[in-house]
Amino acid sequence: MRVPLSWLAEYVDLAPGSTTEDVHAALVQVGLEEEDVHTFDVTGPVVVGEVLEFVEEPQKNGKVIRWCQVRVAPEGQLAADGGPDVHGIVCGAGNFFVGDKVVVTLPGAVLPGPFPITPRKTYGHVSDGMIASTRELGLGDEHDGILRLSTLGVDAEPGTDAIALLGLDDAAVEINVTPDRGYAFSIRGVAREYSHATGAKFDDPALRDALRPTGTNGFPVALADEAPIHGKPGVRVFATRIVRNVDAARPTPPWMVSRLKLAGIRSISLLVDITNYVMLELGQPIHGYDLDTLTDGITVRRAQPGEKLTTLDAQARTLSPEDLLITDGSGPIGLAGVMGGATTEMGENTRNVLIEAANFDPVSIARTARRHKLPSEASKRFERGVDPAIAVAAASRVAELMVELAGGEADETGSLVGEPTTAEPILLPNGYVSGLIGIEYTAEEIRGSLVEIGATVDDADGGLRVIAPSWRPDITDKSDLAEEVARIVGYDRIPSVLPVAPPGRGLTRSQRVRRTVADTLAAAGSTEIVAFPFLPASENDKFGSPTAGSVPAIKVANALDASAPYLRTSLIPGLISAAKRNLSRGLTDVSLFELGLVFTPENGKRYGQAELPSGVARPTDEQLAELNAGIPPQPRHVGVLIVGNAVAKQPGIASVPSGITDALAAVSQIGLATGAQIDVIQGSHHSMHPGRTAELRVGDRVVGYAGELLPQLALDSDLPRVVAVAELDLDAILEATDAAITAGVIGTLPAATQDLSLVVPRSVPAGDVLATVREGSGELLEDIRLVDDYRGKGVADDAKSLTFALRFRAADRTLTAAEASEAKLAGSALATERFGAVLRE
Amino acid sequence: MSDSQVITESAVNAAVESALAAIAAAADSAALKQVRTEHTGEASPLAKLNGELRNVAPDQKAPLGKLVGQARGRVNGAFAAREQEIVEAENAAQLEAEALDVTALASRYTAGARHPLTLLQDRVSEIFTGMGWEIAEGPEVESEWFNFDALNFDADHPARAMQDTFFIDPPESHLVLRTHTSPVQIRSLLDRELPVYVLAPGRVYRTDEFDATHLPVFMQFEGLAVDKGLTMAHLKGTLDHFVKSIFGDEAKIRLRPSYFPFTEPSAELDFWHPTFKHGPRWIEWGGCGMINPNVLRAAGIDPDEYSGFAFGMGIERGLMLRNDVQDMREMVEGDVRFSQQFGMVV
Repeated sequence: MRVPLSWLAEYVDLAPGSTTEDVHAALVQVGLEEEDVHTFDVTGPVVVGEVLEFVEEPQKNGKVIRWCQVRVAPEGQLAADGGPDVHGIVCGAGNFFVGDKVVVTLPGAVLPGPFPITPRKTYGHVSDGMIASTRELGLGDEHDGILRLSTLGVDAEPGTDAIALLGLDDAAVEINVTPDRGYAFSIRGVAREYSHATGAKFDDPALRDALRPTGTNGFPVALADEAPIHGKPGVRVFATRIVRNVDAARPTPPWMVSRLKLAGIRSISLLVDITNYVMLELGQPIHGYDLDTLTDGITVRRAQPGEKLTTLDAQARTLSPEDLLITDGSGPIGLAGVMGGATTEMGENTRNVLIEAANFDPVSIARTARRHKLPSEASKRFERGVDPAIAVAAASRVAELMVELAGGEADETGSLVGEPTTAEPILLPNGYVSGLIGIEYTAEEIRGSLVEIGATVDDADGGLRVIAPSWRPDITDKSDLAEEVARIVGYDRIPSVLPVAPPGRGLTRSQRVRRTVADTLAAAGSTEIVAFPFLPASENDKFGSPTAGSVPAIKVANALDASAPYLRTSLIPGLISAAKRNLSRGLTDVSLFELGLVFTPENGKRYGQAELPSGVARPTDEQLAELNAGIPPQPRHVGVLIVGNAVAKQPGIASVPSGITDALAAVSQIGLATGAQIDVIQGSHHSMHPGRTAELRVGDRVVGYAGELLPQLALDSDLPRVVAVAELDLDAILEATDAAITAGVIGTLPAATQDLSLVVPRSVPAGDVLATVREGSGELLEDIRLVDDYRGKGVADDAKSLTFALRFRAADRTLTAAEASEAKLAGSALATERFGAVLRE
Repeated sequence: MSDSQVITESAVNAAVESALAAIAAAADSAALKQVRTEHTGEASPLAKLNGELRNVAPDQKAPLGKLVGQARGRVNGAFAAREQEIVEAENAAQLEAEALDVTALASRYTAGARHPLTLLQDRVSEIFTGMGWEIAEGPEVESEWFNFDALNFDADHPARAMQDTFFIDPPESHLVLRTHTSPVQIRSLLDRELPVYVLAPGRVYRTDEFDATHLPVFMQFEGLAVDKGLTMAHLKGTLDHFVKSIFGDEAKIRLRPSYFPFTEPSAELDFWHPTFKHGPRWIEWGGCGMINPNVLRAAGIDPDEYSGFAFGMGIERGLMLRNDVQDMREMVEGDVRFSQQFGMVV
């Protein structure tokens, strides 16, 4: 809402010299937040001029300019720029006559742009100022010629300050109006709030004695809503007034044009401007009909299926049975509270006007505005609630202005159908406000604040009986009253008291582990990223499953980027994009990780539900279970991507290129951080290198994959051929891992170490041989490590020689070499049995 | 017998002089070892003289034994002294030879980094767990019931249309990408025993344009306390404590009246700090208020028995204010240089 200060000052005592900053500062205290300031940005000597004479001079470029002599000060006096009383000015426009009063911007003036005016040589003359158009002054869009003051109905002596004359010295504050304060979409509402903030005297414009009707049964109106929404009739109050014999061609006076302009509304025509002006002033949307185009009386009803209406914007609209309509004998003539119809609108030839000031149900209007994508100034106000008691005052104010400015005659009788619903009384128990806000308010502060906002306050048993003012439909509960008291007395009075929470249990296991994983990966040289989770289907298909095919994913209905409407099922695509960005910025050795949710719907399952429980009370346990069952699985993953060198070339050492080894190192770090025993098994994944992919398991559960991307896929993503990645399901790891570690006894007796070399077929994974030797060697084996994988001379072409270092230890005695050898050979024997391993001496 | 006198003072002195000269001449431990063999070994003159003691007359044993013994003592002493000199010299030489340019060493270590947003989220969480609060979480794809209905945004509420919501396909599923962390309020109140003091940090989604000050995906943290007798003063006390914990003792807060469907009274939270880049001033950082009784009812809690407060702030904005990040886009581009400015510290 934009509020011109001159207008605000009509209804509340604005301290002289108040600036926009002062007004913003006052309003923010009561909850109307500062948004912006609007001014005309016209300064300097801008005066009324009279065209004394001009000479038309055709130019080589085909244009005709006028060399004008313009009186810019009373005869014999100096002009506002210190120059003579008549200035010579070059003007390109041809729409004026000798004797016209115009607006002259003298040297020293600055127009919006900023566009400073100076004497300048042009077309063979020195033009000592400029004759301005409406657009140059920032008053409107008109730029076919200059502004003739007579078209605004204005006359003034040459030299008169045109800035004040046209209202260009006014400024508007723009405030953010929260959805509960519909009444603050009016000068009336903001003036009242300014009064609350400053104590300045408020004069309610709705109570002014402005041409009130003497009767209520004028123009025939019928309210016939047969399908109320939520049991609330679409229309509660409908007031009309007729003004006859208006002169629709009269100009809108400049003070109204400038106020409308500052308020963000373009001047259209006098009659339309008046309806907009009153809407801004009182918050009551007004519709004006050309009375002579109406057929019989008005009926307000819901649309019938298939009914059509062409609205003011020339759009033919098919109506919904939920749309509330204004109809006459010809059918629909308006979408109630949203937009009028084309056939009955006021125009240049309108002589007689029917004014409508009605109060419509917020829900009905909100739905219609949304359905037809027609957010209007009117619907914005109705959605948030319009004062139902103001309709007649608003219609009267329109009539008053049409009489005054358009020369019309108002019918004495208006019509008023329906009755404003009155607010239910609220019981405000003693002590409630102080108990909720934490201040010991006096009884007078509470009562006084409520009276100040316009509520009716009476004593009641154990408290106060409060009826909210008609313009505050948002006040329905004692907590709303508490807020009013708190803000009128001032939020700054609230003390600061730290509450003592009961002892907490710290972070959950999952929360702790997540931090440790992130810290561990970062300490090991990886950099955390935070990626958007929106992907094209193709990316999910690549990484959402180890096997090729279409991966089920959640789709966003209104995606920002239509090419990426799906939620991620894997973190790898986000890491690939980030890696690409780093590479494109010249960072070649990059290790990235991300922790975050992925979204993994089951194939074919439908999530969510068509009918939601009401938010008014706690749903039943069954309803809650159903709500939760409708939420798709969202496990937390950790993903790692490494590209470039793991160790860069440096003095004395060669570079070490990264690869699957680094992905598996990250897996080890994740294992360390989660406390999980993550087993690495030769695996396969359709988007990964067929020979360089590890399946990761905790017990029997597959918790992820690590390895190198399929080289072609890496190249297609503008990455180098080798890209190491790992992705693990952290939730699955934690589920499959015991939270508590059971400590063993740390043996202190001497260890016996032995090496074991086994020749096995190359196809046998070393990890399997190692696990078998461990199993066969029994309890004495404390540690086993692969130290060599030899292929070549002395070993068959299809075989390899694996050497393990084994460390044996007993808890109760010093092992002899013979005992250690026996255990080792038992391990070796099991490997022979399983894989045909041959002991190599 | 006297003819056969082998052990004479001059013979002993000659052997000692020769040994001392050799010891002094030894330049390194290898040479010294050689000298040791020559002058104290079995074949050395002194060893031989010592061997002759077996043949001397009994009355001569004591004086001659003393002569030879003292001579051997002198030689051994000289050895030890020279040996120490040589070891020290050699150690010093080795250390000198081992000296490196510590600014030109190869490193097998690469620096990584946490993301400052998640670090700040952890930091905020710590402040609240330090007060006994717990950290609550909820899904990011959420039912509209939790995201709106239970929070007093009914289907036709203008605030619901103003939330710039991402809807999940099909819209009849009534699933959304949560527009705030507030649904976790409802989940916490439904799942936990009263009283409840929880902080809910997490990602939220709005169909905002993507520019220097807006992200369609961002992080919030939501505080919720429901207990008997909680007042707006407790809300203010909590926020006061929080901003001082994270921005320092000079930070202070201010509440301004505002509106949110799920709180009544509602307030905007401004905070002030002397070190803001463009001078000390009030900066808006989130919304808060006393929980609307309708929200408590939706969670099955009697608003006449319990009251509570809630607040919500954006982590990105916190990072911008605290660490002077100029452009929000840097936070989500994944350029490692952005996170690496912070390392593990925010």
